[in-house]
Amino acid sequence: MLCQNCERHEATTHIKRVVNGETTATHLCSECAANLGYGDFLSGFSLNLGGLFENFASERPKGAETSLQLCPKCGSSFKDITKSGKIGCAECYNTFYEKLLPTLQRIHGRIRHSGKVSEAACEENKKLNRIEALRCKLNVAVEEQNYELAAELRDEIRELEKED
Amino acid sequence: MEKWYIEKGDQGDIVLSTRIRLARNLREYPFPSKLSLEDRRAVNELIKDAAMAEGNPEKFSYIEMDALTRPQAVSLAERHLVSPEFASSVEGRALLLTPDESVSIMLCEEDHIRLQVMKAGLALNEAFEAADAIDSKLDAKLKYAFDERIGYLTQCPTNLGTAMRASLMLHLPALTRLGHISRLSTSVSKLGMTMRGAYGEGSEPKGDIYQLSNQITLGITEAAALENLNSIAAQLVGREREAAKLMLEKPESADKVWRALGVLQTARLLSGDEFMELISLVRLGAANGMIDIELEKLNELIVSMQPATLNAREEQNLTPSQRDSLRALAVREVLGIRF
Repeated sequence: MLCQNCERHEATTHIKRVVNGETTATHLCSECAANLGYGDFLSGFSLNLGGLFENFASERPKGAETSLQLCPKCGSSFKDITKSGKIGCAECYNTFYEKLLPTLQRIHGRIRHSGKVSEAACEENKKLNRIEALRCKLNVAVEEQNYELAAELRDEIRELEKED
Repeated sequence: MEKWYIEKGDQGDIVLSTRIRLARNLREYPFPSKLSLEDRRAVNELIKDAAMAEGNPEKFSYIEMDALTRPQAVSLAERHLVSPEFASSVEGRALLLTPDESVSIMLCEEDHIRLQVMKAGLALNEAFEAADAIDSKLDAKLKYAFDERIGYLTQCPTNLGTAMRASLMLHLPALTRLGHISRLSTSVSKLGMTMRGAYGEGSEPKGDIYQLSNQITLGITEAAALENLNSIAAQLVGREREAAKLMLEKPESADKVWRALGVLQTARLLSGDEFMELISLVRLGAANGMIDIELEKLNELIVSMQPATLNAREEQNLTPSQRDSLRALAVREVLGIRF
C-alpha cells in the first residue's frame, strides 16, 4: 500500500483512531509519519481545530466581509480565528461575538451560559456598570450646570476607578 | 505518599477513576497560543503564586515542564496527570501537583489554567466539589476571563460556558468482546457525551479502557452535566456486569481469562500491547470473583507498566526488549508465581 500523504513510498505506519465507535485508518510512509508527528505515544493528538469553523466560513456569502475588523487587544482577525480554530484572547469574544454565535450554536446547541459564575469578574462588571451609570448622571449634572453635584460624582467615579 | 490511583473506589470493578477538569484563563493576557515565552512564564508565575499562597490547604509542588526528561514528561501523560499534548511540547509550560497526585494544574496548556481533580472509582460530585473549591480560591486572587453571556472564556469555543470536562475511565472488557461498544458509543454521543479511548482525542482503546465524558459545556450547569454522566455511567456499569456474567459462564471465555493469568505469571517478555490485553482479561476475572487478586494491585500495574513510566522509574531510556523484560518481571512479582 502506498503512503496516503506522498503517494510515493510504501506505507509502514498505520494509524487507527476510534472516536465514538467510528474507526478511521491512516497509512503513511515512515518519512511522512515523522513529518506529521506520528513519532511516538504522543502523536496523533493534535486536533485539526481549524475544521471547527470551516463549514461556517464557507456558509458565509461572498463579499459579506467588507471591512477588516481586528481584535483591539491581540490583533486577531476573524479569518485568523477560522483558519487556526483558536480564539486569540478574551477580548476576541467581545469583538467577534455576533460572528461566533452560529458556531457556538452548532457546537453546543445553546448560546447562553448557565452554571458557575466568576465572582470576581461579576464584581468587576458591577463596578463598570456603576461607573457607567455615574458618568451618565455626571453628564446630566454638567448640562444642568449643577457643578456641586458634578464634583461629587466625579470624586465618586475616581474613587471607584482607583479601587483595583 | 500513596497515590490516589492505587485505591479502589465506588463501582471500582468497572469505574477506574473520575476526573474533573476546569479550564480558566486570565483576562489580561491573550490565550497561550498567542503568548510569547516570556509572557507564558509571567502567567505561570501569577497562577503559581495564587495557588501556593499561604492558607491554601493543597500543598502543590511546582514543576517546570522543560526541566523534566522526556520519559518523565511522557510518564505524567501516561498517568493522566497532564494531557499528551502538554507533555509533547514543554516550552513555557509548568505543572502544579499535589503529593498524592490527585490535583494537578497545567499552566499554559491550551488555556492558562487547566485544573484537574482525580478520584478513584465513581466520584463525580466529590471530585467536582474539590475542583470547585480550588477554583473559587484562584478566582478571588486572579482576574478570570468570564462573560456573563457565554461563561468562562476559553481558547477553544468547544469549552465555553462551564469549561468543565468530567470524565470517567471505564473498564468494559465484556461489552467490548461482545461487540457492543460501537452501538453504545453512538447512543452516548446522541446524549451530548463522548466515549473514546483512554487517552482522549483520537486514541485507540487499550486494555478495553474507555473514557466517557460530557461534550457540551455551554447552556448546561455543572450539576446537570454531572447528573447526566452519572446516569449514563450507571447504565453502562449495569450492562457490563450483565455481559461479564453471561460471558464468564461460557467455558471458552473463562478459559481465556485463566490462560491470560497463566501467561502474565510466567512470561519473560511482555510488550505493552500484550500486557494490556492480558491484564484486561485478568481484571475481568478478578472483578467477577473468579480470580482472587485485589483490583487495586491490577490498577496499579495498569498505570505503572506503561512504557514511559517504566523508563522514568528506571531513570533511563530502555530499549523495547529491555522494557518488555522488566515489565514481565514486575508483573510476575505482583501476580505471585516464582519459578
